[in-house]
Amino acid sequence: MRRATVRSVEKTAAGASLASSVNAALAGRSLGGELAGSDVALRRLLSGLPGVDQVGAEARAAALATRSVKRESKLRALELAIAMIDLTTLEGADTPGKVVALCAKARRPDPSDESVPAVAAVCLYPDLVGIAHRQLAGSSVRVAAVATAFPSGRASLAVKLADTREALDAGADEIDMVIDRGAFLSGRYGQVYEEVRAVREACADATLKVILETGELATLDNVARASWLAMLAGADFVKTSTGKVNPASTAPAALVMLSAVRDFHVATGRRVGVKVAGGIRSAKDAIRYLVLVAETAGEQWLNPMSFRIGASSLLNDLLMQRSKQLTGVYAGHDYFTID
Amino acid sequence: MSFTYAPAPESREIVTLQPSYDLFVNGDFVPALSGRSFSTTNPATEEPLADVASAGPEDVDRAVAAARAAFEGPWGKMRGSERAKFLFRIARVLQERAREFAVLETLDNGKPIRESRDVDVPLAAAHFFYHAGWADKLEHAGLGPAPRPLGVAGQIIPWNFPLLMAAWKLAPALAAGNTCVLKPAETTPLSALLLARVCQEADLPPGVVNVLTGAGDTGAALVAHRGVDKIAFTGSTEVGREIARAVAGTGRRLTLELGGKGANIVFEDAPIDQAVEGIVNGIFFNQGHVCCAGSRLLAQEPIAEPLLERLRQRLDTLRLGDPLDKNTDIGAINSKDQLDKIRALADSGEKEGAGRWSPPCRLPARGYWFPPTIFTNVSQSHRIAKEEIFGPVLSVLTFRTPAEAVAKANNTPYGLSAGIWTEKGSRILWMAQQLEAGVVWANTFNRFDPASPFGGYQESGFGREGGRHGLEAYLDA
Repeated sequence: MRRATVRSVEKTAAGASLASSVNAALAGRSLGGELAGSDVALRRLLSGLPGVDQVGAEARAAALATRSVKRESKLRALELAIAMIDLTTLEGADTPGKVVALCAKARRPDPSDESVPAVAAVCLYPDLVGIAHRQLAGSSVRVAAVATAFPSGRASLAVKLADTREALDAGADEIDMVIDRGAFLSGRYGQVYEEVRAVREACADATLKVILETGELATLDNVARASWLAMLAGADFVKTSTGKVNPASTAPAALVMLSAVRDFHVATGRRVGVKVAGGIRSAKDAIRYLVLVAETAGEQWLNPMSFRIGASSLLNDLLMQRSKQLTGVYAGHDYFTID
Repeated sequence: MSFTYAPAPESREIVTLQPSYDLFVNGDFVPALSGRSFSTTNPATEEPLADVASAGPEDVDRAVAAARAAFEGPWGKMRGSERAKFLFRIARVLQERAREFAVLETLDNGKPIRESRDVDVPLAAAHFFYHAGWADKLEHAGLGPAPRPLGVAGQIIPWNFPLLMAAWKLAPALAAGNTCVLKPAETTPLSALLLARVCQEADLPPGVVNVLTGAGDTGAALVAHRGVDKIAFTGSTEVGREIARAVAGTGRRLTLELGGKGANIVFEDAPIDQAVEGIVNGIFFNQGHVCCAGSRLLAQEPIAEPLLERLRQRLDTLRLGDPLDKNTDIGAINSKDQLDKIRALADSGEKEGAGRWSPPCRLPARGYWFPPTIFTNVSQSHRIAKEEIFGPVLSVLTFRTPAEAVAKANNTPYGLSAGIWTEKGSRILWMAQQLEAGVVWANTFNRFDPASPFGGYQESGFGREGGRHGLEAYLDA
């Protein structure tokens, strides 16, 4: 079981003050389980985080969006983005046939070109995990399931855990859980923490991604706090959104989350990943996120173990832009399979 | 996998450089009567760009006479709403030809295209738009029922924001009904000459705007000219003093926008990531060639070390190099003279015992370059804490209490800008009242808007530019 244990704390680094408070918090938990379920202790820790100035964060995200990625850099970025995709379908109308097609596309995004990497994972509702698991056997593509009463998170812990176990039993390698935003916004941090911890334990070796639904958290301060809460409770990834709420992933929210994982790494030595999801449809947007990662968290995050992009139609735009980079001309839409 | 940016240079094609440029007098480009000229170069490559006419006293005479005739003629008689049309027209042309202006500015000045494209040119257009709106509403500016223009304004601008400073000077003067003789800096004359071309194409009546290129002696001749009713100068405190002496007792109006040694004050409860951005923007924007730069960082002791650590990490990501590359953050130093000055002051900081640090970065072999530099363990008495460096050099000092921060921030003969970083609103208001600076930014730095007056205290000058207050500099109220 992976836990937020502190391996080495770099006292000299920027996170020194945070490191000590995180350590204190973690020590408190292991001593008497005080952090667990304690709204007061968690609030003290989270409100001790440096504030986020919204205007400044938005300006920084906008400035990074003007980076110009061209030629060989663009080709590398496009291929990296393909390898980071969690190819997603989360519709009520999903069918087994659609999942089979999605898995084929995930393994081999461009049937005419073997050098295109496979995507990182497919992301589905739990009832379709079994099909995907069989389709992807023997490939590098992982199966991710949304669970814990996705997308609203409005169910009892027992239901959320049952949801999670079902997905895992069907063969899910990764669980994308949602936090209870109602509990978070009303200050019941202990409850949110406990739920993430419980799902973390249920996940065992499976990767746990915690969806913050930044579009419902209202402030960037909350985005930072929710990120820390999820990381403290053992998340392997923090994820922006379900894709079911508007706004979904935004550059400023991603910027704040990337800063949080960087600071958490300095404080605890553990590298938590970031997943952006929802509304990312163009290669241009995807590359902008890669720039955010490189210039905020750092290049150590620029791999599918530490950064993911949840998307569906994005993949075809990446393929189209890639073929444009290689051949110099755009191929028509019909040269790219729809799923 | 390492994430790199391939070169992404903006094309120079859009700019057509002439081999030589004449003066713009009375609506026409005319050779200098002085017969002299000088060369302007690209500071990033030391490549000569063009030969530019150098205006002598007889050229100043001619330009001032043209401005006087225009003031007493068509421009002086024109209704405000008609003047506004010309300003709107210039603003729109600036937007339409934004890329051309941006590339030209970057070539002549050395600043990154990202800044000339996203800051200088849009703000210059915004100044014309803003002041166009005032032209027919001057009686509502709170400066009396019928404020009158002053007449002929002699305007001398610096090399750090050549086009933007031209806009700051021309737009309010024209909106208020004055006519202008503009003298751009010797090392950066080209964008003002292109702006002159735009004025010509906008059918601005001849003589309303005149552009005289030249060095310090041209500026001195303009200042000394008896036909000029008002002098507006932006530049160094040293030259500002000379101008004040020359104008004293003549009854002519004067506004000065001079140097600064701005304090960027970071409290322990600051939004730290944004504060780091603000510090970077405060001192490394435009290679630190900013009169209101936040060249002194005052960090509260508990946060000083973590803040510096993050600042160093951030500086590692700054990209120095070809100013025309769209991903360049730090461009070239504008001139050899300025580079020598920055080097001398930085060396003095080292000699006086401050700790010097720059991120590892390769400087191009040709051109004028200086790496982003931080000095720690700086005390108030060091030259690098007192004198304006006007380069990418940050001096870091610490403080314990808000009162100490105010005392240190105000302990300078300058008083142009200051920044406060804290999540506590009441402290921002208290600090802003105590700080002797013309502009106080809260949780941001180096933000400009034409509606917001800009100017200094003490040796940073007097008079305001921008906003309602800025109109006063060009009106007899």
